[in-house]
Amino acid sequence: MREATLRVFRGETTGGKTADYRVPVAPGMVVLDALHYIQGHLAPDLAVRWNCKAGKCGSCSAEVNGRPRLTCKTRMDSLPLDKPVTVLPMKAFPLIKDLVTDVSWNFRINKRIPPFQPRPDAEWKIDQRDVDRVQEFRKCIECFLCQNVCHVLREHDKKEEFAGPRFFVRVAGLEMHPMDGASRAGLLRKELGIGLCNITKCCTEVCPEEIRITDNAIIPLKERVVDEFYDPLLMLVRKIRGAR
Amino acid sequence: MADVVNPPAAGRSFGRTQRHDTWWVEIVPVVVLLGGFGFYATLRAFEGRFYEWGPYLSPFYSPLIDPHHHWWLLSPALLILGGPLGFRVTCYYYRKAYYRAFFLDPPACMVSEGRRTYRGETAFPFILQNLHRYFFYIAVIFLAFLWRDAVRAFFFDGTVGVGVGTLVLLVNVILLSLYTLSCHSLRHLAGGKLDCFYCAAFGPPRHKTWQWLSGLNQRHMLFAWASLVSVGLADLYVRLVSCGAIRDVRLF
Repeated sequence: MREATLRVFRGETTGGKTADYRVPVAPGMVVLDALHYIQGHLAPDLAVRWNCKAGKCGSCSAEVNGRPRLTCKTRMDSLPLDKPVTVLPMKAFPLIKDLVTDVSWNFRINKRIPPFQPRPDAEWKIDQRDVDRVQEFRKCIECFLCQNVCHVLREHDKKEEFAGPRFFVRVAGLEMHPMDGASRAGLLRKELGIGLCNITKCCTEVCPEEIRITDNAIIPLKERVVDEFYDPLLMLVRKIRGAR
Repeated sequence: MADVVNPPAAGRSFGRTQRHDTWWVEIVPVVVLLGGFGFYATLRAFEGRFYEWGPYLSPFYSPLIDPHHHWWLLSPALLILGGPLGFRVTCYYYRKAYYRAFFLDPPACMVSEGRRTYRGETAFPFILQNLHRYFFYIAVIFLAFLWRDAVRAFFFDGTVGVGVGTLVLLVNVILLSLYTLSCHSLRHLAGGKLDCFYCAAFGPPRHKTWQWLSGLNQRHMLFAWASLVSVGLADLYVRLVSCGAIRDVRLF
């Protein structure tokens, strides 16, 4: 049977090394299968977070050959096996052990976002075409690959000032909800730091659910922030309307 | 055991990455094409001649203002350059392209940029990117002039005809129109800003418009490059005909 070498990070918060493991490659095998083989036969103490193995729970995120991937959706035969396949933990989050990182910062950010607030006069009837637009944002599985690849978090570690693509997707789903009455433009500009995003689209490139994060969530939200804070004409119109 | 790696501490030095592919290949075409266009457009804008021939007017010089230098002594292109330049510079697609290729911010996904400070689009000058919709309004005015030029290119000394230059200018203005119509700001203004399409006044037609513009918007990158190339080639064609290097072929 064909074999592949997996170069897997082993270590804890104090540091670590990569270790090489030879793994037999079966047809249809994914990287997570290879990690399970290592756990089962070569290194039973290897820490890997996983759950559904169907690309829907978002648990098995890692960096495979330097690319953020769900290991359960990355087929071994899609990788060049003549060289070792590197599997490293997500760099943007603190390491716990081996391939497991602490992603709890994301849940703290999530709490800062005001939840759905129905308009007081809302008629509880939604047209399907209004639903269609926000449906895309509900596909997010919270794998945090977009957060990991975003250079604002990964490279500049702006976790205090910037919420990251995952939470712009969440805010977009709320802001474009036809029944929601809250405005989160001020929050986006200040606390969530949308201005720090320089739309390099890396988040869109890595999204396993193929959400068009930049075009459909971040840019429309940036435009809403412009409406509220940077468009002098709209500001004047609001002032005139307010004076009446 | 292989190399010592501490992922949380990795990065920081420029170009550091765990990617196995030749990531820099992605930015080379952008540097060449955008850099080449910028160099050519600057030369042409300052040249101040060979911008019209017969019914053809170079898109770099349209609308033509004070060509006989009554009050403006430099090239007429310099009077109008700011409009289309501002539209492209603040364009959401080009921002991605040049932040990656020229500012290396980041040079590619998962590749370290090696910079300590980062302010994104929160401070001057990049905070001005928020004025993109105003450059869009200006671009629409320019587009009207370019359509006028494309129609004029069908009239040779009072007779209707088609030359190669006519087709060049027509294709150029079509591509520029597609690029302008696929703009993210227009998509927002046309309907994207609504929370509820079917509760708002004129909601359903705005939804239709938004949907149609969203379809175009998916090809914004394609139109951005195609129109950039076409505007450069249209100018080059007019220049070559105007300076006598080539002859315009009349098709009928």
